[in-house]
Amino acid sequence: MTPAPAVSLSGVRHRYGRTVALEDASLDIPAGASVAIIGPDGIGKSTLLGLISTAKKVQQGSVRVLGTDLADRRGRAALQPRIAYMPQGLGRNLYADLSVAENLQFFGRLFGLDAAERRRRIADLLESTGLAPFPDRPAGKLSGGMKQKLGLCCALLHDPDLLILDEPTTGVDPLSRRQFWELIARIRAGRPGMTVLVATSYMDEAERFDRVVMMNAGRLLAHDTPAALKARTGTAELEEAFVALLPEEVRRGHERLVVPPRPPEPADAEPAIEAVGLTRRFGDFTAVSDISFRIGRGEIFGFLGSNGCGKTTTMKMLTGLLPASAGEARLFGRPVDAGDMESRRRVGYMAQAFSLYGELTVRQNLDLHARLFDLDGADARLAALVERFGLPPYLDAVADRLPLGVRQRLSLAVAILHGPELLILDEPTSGVDPVARDQFWRDLIALSRDQGVTIFVSTHFMNEAARCDRVAFMNAGRVIAAGPPDELRRQQQADSLDDAFIGFMRQAEENAQLDTPPTPPLPPGERVGVRGTHSVTVPKILASEPPHPNPLPASRRSFASPAGNTSGACVGGERGPFVSTRRLLAYAWRETLELRRDPVRLTVALLGTVLLMLVFGFGITMDVENLTFAVLDHDRSPESRAYVEQFDGSRSFRATPPAIDARDLALRLQRGEAALTIEIPEGFGRDLRRGRPPEVAVRIDGAMPFRAETIQGYVAGLHQRFIEDAATASGVALPAPAATLEMRYRYNQAFRSLDAMVPSDIGLLLVFIPAILAALGVVREKELGSITNLYVTPVTRLEFLLGKQLPYIALAAFNLLLMVAMAVTLFGVPVKGSLIGLLLGGLVYVVATTALGLLISVFTATQTAAVFGTAIVTMLPATQFSGMLQPVATLEGGAWLFGTLFPTTHFLKVSVGAFTKGLAFPELLPFILATAAFIPVFLALGVAFLPKQER
Amino acid sequence: MMRFLRNSLTLARKEWISLLRDAFMLGFVVYSFTFSVYSQATGISHELRNAAIAIVDEDRSTLSQRLASSFHRPEFQTPVMIGHAEVDPAMDSARYTFVLDIPPDFQADVLAGRSPAIQLLIDATAMMQAGIGAGTIQGIVEDEVGRFVRREADGSAAPVSLQLRVAYNEALDTKWFTGTMSVVSNVTMLAVLLSGAALIREREHGTLEHLLVMPVRPAEIMAAKVLANGAVILVLTLVALYAVLRGLLSVPLAGSVPLFLAGTALYLFFATALGIFLGTVARSMPQLGLLFILIVLPMNMLSGGFTPLESEPQWLQMAMQLSPSTHFVAFAQAILFRGAGFDVVWPRFAATAGIGALFFAWSLARFRKHLASFR
Repeated sequence: MTPAPAVSLSGVRHRYGRTVALEDASLDIPAGASVAIIGPDGIGKSTLLGLISTAKKVQQGSVRVLGTDLADRRGRAALQPRIAYMPQGLGRNLYADLSVAENLQFFGRLFGLDAAERRRRIADLLESTGLAPFPDRPAGKLSGGMKQKLGLCCALLHDPDLLILDEPTTGVDPLSRRQFWELIARIRAGRPGMTVLVATSYMDEAERFDRVVMMNAGRLLAHDTPAALKARTGTAELEEAFVALLPEEVRRGHERLVVPPRPPEPADAEPAIEAVGLTRRFGDFTAVSDISFRIGRGEIFGFLGSNGCGKTTTMKMLTGLLPASAGEARLFGRPVDAGDMESRRRVGYMAQAFSLYGELTVRQNLDLHARLFDLDGADARLAALVERFGLPPYLDAVADRLPLGVRQRLSLAVAILHGPELLILDEPTSGVDPVARDQFWRDLIALSRDQGVTIFVSTHFMNEAARCDRVAFMNAGRVIAAGPPDELRRQQQADSLDDAFIGFMRQAEENAQLDTPPTPPLPPGERVGVRGTHSVTVPKILASEPPHPNPLPASRRSFASPAGNTSGACVGGERGPFVSTRRLLAYAWRETLELRRDPVRLTVALLGTVLLMLVFGFGITMDVENLTFAVLDHDRSPESRAYVEQFDGSRSFRATPPAIDARDLALRLQRGEAALTIEIPEGFGRDLRRGRPPEVAVRIDGAMPFRAETIQGYVAGLHQRFIEDAATASGVALPAPAATLEMRYRYNQAFRSLDAMVPSDIGLLLVFIPAILAALGVVREKELGSITNLYVTPVTRLEFLLGKQLPYIALAAFNLLLMVAMAVTLFGVPVKGSLIGLLLGGLVYVVATTALGLLISVFTATQTAAVFGTAIVTMLPATQFSGMLQPVATLEGGAWLFGTLFPTTHFLKVSVGAFTKGLAFPELLPFILATAAFIPVFLALGVAFLPKQER
Repeated sequence: MMRFLRNSLTLARKEWISLLRDAFMLGFVVYSFTFSVYSQATGISHELRNAAIAIVDEDRSTLSQRLASSFHRPEFQTPVMIGHAEVDPAMDSARYTFVLDIPPDFQADVLAGRSPAIQLLIDATAMMQAGIGAGTIQGIVEDEVGRFVRREADGSAAPVSLQLRVAYNEALDTKWFTGTMSVVSNVTMLAVLLSGAALIREREHGTLEHLLVMPVRPAEIMAAKVLANGAVILVLTLVALYAVLRGLLSVPLAGSVPLFLAGTALYLFFATALGIFLGTVARSMPQLGLLFILIVLPMNMLSGGFTPLESEPQWLQMAMQLSPSTHFVAFAQAILFRGAGFDVVWPRFAATAGIGALFFAWSLARFRKHLASFR
């Protein structure tokens, strides 16, 4: 009997722009099998798994998973609760700010488990993975291995039929790696029908699977059992088999790497590196604890351990990047000193991630480093290096676009450019394919053996560690063993260095247990194979037969669905007609937790509007007051003084000392010390008395035209008043005008800027800040990768968006209350109309503006773009087209249309209406309804344009 | 010293190449100093244009019709005739900024010399237009009525005449002001943004750490960023002044452009140092964006480049004297509008340089500490 395959691909092609990631892939994976997909980074493994997990959209070809064609949208939705997917990257689908328990709670809610069930399953899973003692630790603070276990728990919470793991053990130490696979084996034993699909770049891990798929450059090279693959190529290890199966042109020149023995060192030679009691603490956390070692000149010294065990910290202390908290490191007999420029010339450093300038070309990178090291005759040296590392074809290529292997070679070339005597290399080969890795090691060996360069290198790969003269194993900040690889192996009576490492790790853990009792209890069966016998006891931990008789707690098995179940009757299949409140609230709850733990975003969310309200309230004012004026009075008569008094007496003007002469008067204006100058001619009083109209010269600073225009009006008014007063004083009646214009400033009799601007400021700030925060909320998930949970879980787009929106609506509503309170108390702008109308309108408005933020987030890929994009998209229409400065009624064409189709225009009518115009609720209602109309439109557009699958 | 200069220049050259390759940032910077200046200068007008006016004509006479036809573009839209009952709802929903109410028997009263009053209702929540518009409408009504009764407004009859002149911008062209001030505010914004982003980019990519294992000092790294980004801004300021302000908007730059650029260069030490300071505080670009909104935006708005400084409360005016941006705006206005020379603006230059130097030193100290605390 041949059961239907769990996964079936035929003729699948996938491309990103012009890059082809998958080329004509066809593959059948039997149900219940465990399959490893192997190959170096960037050759399409993740794309393949992304397609199968429904995270990525199928572009070409057909993919059937558990009997469902993925081209069918409804089929996909029904399928998702049966698939579990753990994307690549440590804890990539987890939320770093959330604790272990909170992460599990979130996934439980997402899959619709009720509270009691969630509690039971979470407890079971935590127990069986050894995470039970740390329910409250934030996921971001877990070690790599623990993160992956938690990721697995989250994936298994809903009892999937297909488990897809993308490089789950990359960056995890060998012991945790082995524990991880044991965990998988036990889970499989409890659910034999479950198909497990795993991508890995550790070829040795693949030995343990039922079947292996080898991939390179977007193509499937081979698909068979591990034994058959090795037999076919006549090799002993999968890695060699892989190289043998590579196309001829890639493989050319590749041969087995041999490390020549190191020439004996003179006994009295000064060591290259000497560390004594080196310790580094970050707060309460001890990253590196009391380590000591001595590395001779020309030695290749390997450093092994999991992510976060202190390797990088140690290396940084040796380079002087980090000062040691205690202990001392000496390079060539001199203490490491961060400020010592000379010792920097003797050391070359290659950081963990590619840390050259990606936007510079290869040549520019080399040139920059040569200049900074102040190398004489650099040209010849550069040419030789370029030749030696095979870089000539790439000289003018931008570093970011180089293949990973070439980039690593460039990094090495840069690191040795200045001819250092010591090289410190932090995981230089992670992610590089086996052929390129061997090439890289050839270079290292040549440097060590031919030029006597000391090399201090950290790695994850055991076969690389075996090439070192000596290795040190590190765990939790301590060196647990050090020595030549063969000797370490002998000490543990192990067959391989890998087993030796695990042996030392277990010893260290036992010792630690003696010191500190409350460490996690190891699950049953975990101790099998301690000390050398391990590899014999569990040779194929992923074999289909369960290695452990009672692999999981009984309760866990009780809800496991029967093998081969394809009916879709599984937990988490709940799919409400429109919106599931539980999933929606799960997102809202999570967003709130994250926001509470991010101080910068929280500060902006709570106090950003208040601060900007102060600034706008005091800063954007159309009042023109406190105007300084300077007088040059040539007359000094009672009449001239009376004229000046008009200005002195006005609240808008403020006198400055009189000018001495005309030059002084002009200078005052030029310096900006006076906004206007008044020059009264000689004989002013005499002429006035005699009825010969004298002329007063007033000059206004026109630098700020708006202000100048207002001053003009003020001056004309004061001048008129002087004339009238003078006429009254001399008993002359001025002729009555033909008609008068009676001006009534409505709503704001005092014509005070604050009364008009403060209500508008509220409208502006309630679109600006909430929209930015809401946009960040979604784009953050895109950037951190947790958006995958939207793609592969049953949550719908509307639930996702509404859930994200809720906390921001609450925050914005709180801001609205704060700002209304500020307006009334601080700025003295009373709410003359309906307060209820104002608050209701405000609430409707912030729902609309947060929805706008969500809509913008759908179109932006990075948080940076979200912040600046949202700022521009909201600020421009809010200030220019919404009636804040210029009434919408005066706008025309596009500006008018833009203004009308922007919610701020309508809310400003509510806000200004309620505050200043004193409108009652029924009068405000039309504006509130107009604002509300934007909500469904923005949300619908957001849902329509938010992809439920990755491209 | 030679080494310091050489390293700083080498690193500055690298900054320039990086910026040239960053199409988005480069585009944004160029946009800010060209299109953005142009659109701000022509977009926000403080002049009366297209004002919405309605007339309640209870007179329906020749004079009232003449009045109605005297409002026209570009200042006013064609007046809409409405009834009494429509006034309140129309003004409540901001449909008209002005409503002119001509009373019954207006023409008859004018001719009989009874000096009747027309009522002008002004929406005083439209701050920008209300004041200027009211004055303009008054003038129009006076002229029109005067012409109707064939009695010229006799200015010479006034016992004192007023010679009112606006210096430096006689036509009160708002483009001059908004255009120039948008250049000035963009100098601040982009200097902060560019240098802050340059620091964060290096940290995110791990290249900063790489520099620190080479014989390069923190001061050289910071000097390179200040130099490189400051120079870019300075060149673009020059382009904006000549190509956009003088070329496209025909703003006459009254004073000495070299003097203004010298002052800008002084100011840029402060602005780029502020960017680097924010870059050490922010953990990522989005955080830089949020800090920018909380710190740089207010600083810019309160410096006197948007609304007059003297309209702010006294305490705020004093506080803003501590910000070099205030002095920058002040000397920019003095030089570019009022043609002031060094003898006039030197105290502003001194304040910019003094406060800038203090802040630069503080930023550098913080930058050093930041590098030391690196994980």
